[in-house]
Amino acid sequence: MDAIDRQIIQATQAGLPLVAEPYQAVAEQLGISTEQVMQRMIAMQNSGVIRRIGAVPNHYKIGYRYNGMTVWDVDDALIDELGAQVAALPFVSHCYHRPRHLPDWRYNLFAMVHGKSEDAAEQQVAIIAELLGAHARDHQVLYSSKILKKTGLRIAG
Amino acid sequence: MLSPLHKQLLNNYQQDFPLTATPYLTIAEQLGVSEAEVLSAFQNLSQQNYISRIGPVIAPNSIGASALVAMAIPEADLQRVADLISAYPNVNHNYERENRFNLWFVLMADDAAQLETLISEIEQQTGYSAMLLPMLADYYINLGFELNLND
Repeated sequence: MDAIDRQIIQATQAGLPLVAEPYQAVAEQLGISTEQVMQRMIAMQNSGVIRRIGAVPNHYKIGYRYNGMTVWDVDDALIDELGAQVAALPFVSHCYHRPRHLPDWRYNLFAMVHGKSEDAAEQQVAIIAELLGAHARDHQVLYSSKILKKTGLRIAG
Repeated sequence: MLSPLHKQLLNNYQQDFPLTATPYLTIAEQLGVSEAEVLSAFQNLSQQNYISRIGPVIAPNSIGASALVAMAIPEADLQRVADLISAYPNVNHNYERENRFNLWFVLMADDAAQLETLISEIEQQTGYSAMLLPMLADYYINLGFELNLND
């Protein structure tokens, strides 16, 4: 990644312009060629900096009002294996290993679920609980009661 | 109401949005409709807020440093603290959640040092301590989230 890659990300992370030739619009803004913008975006996809390029759905608007952050206390020695299994569930959008903060916070595995009803979300939690079985020593589900601010991942300008 | 084309676009283009000079034409050819129809359907989805954007999704921590942060704030003081935190340009995904730790947000910085500076600043400004939960591993699988658009 160099300065131009960074500029491309800064120019596109809030969304490509919704015009027939979006990459050309970005190229003009940055003073480079359209071909260069596209080549660099392909390279960044190959290196993993860009995960995917796509239309990012607004889950809440589509009816997924119950956004639950499920947090689990699992054995650190097994977490990579268990995390991969949880992440593979079709309704889990994000799954991360995060540090514990004992004694306040014992949970090390985070998985986001999205339901159109509380029941639907609870069913998803139950499926994760079943998958983890006795490996889950404890868990909690934190529903969001209010979205206070939501923007895409942004890097400083 | 979402038309069949809207639903197709929502479900099938969460990834693999074409990296071609005229991506809407590429999609139109894949779906057997016109470029103008695809472009206007996406504009529609965007205006109605069914999609937040069309663009690259950047892998966390590939640029700069970030962490999930949780704070336990007394109910009576929550709005003040939430407003203060939302005002930071470095903060996104600020949610109130039903827990003793009731305020959760993602803090982005250029590097680890700036992240620490920001956390100290937030703790000082709000008067409450912050629990830092950086990502240690991301169990990411490259599949779109499966949307049910039928009810």
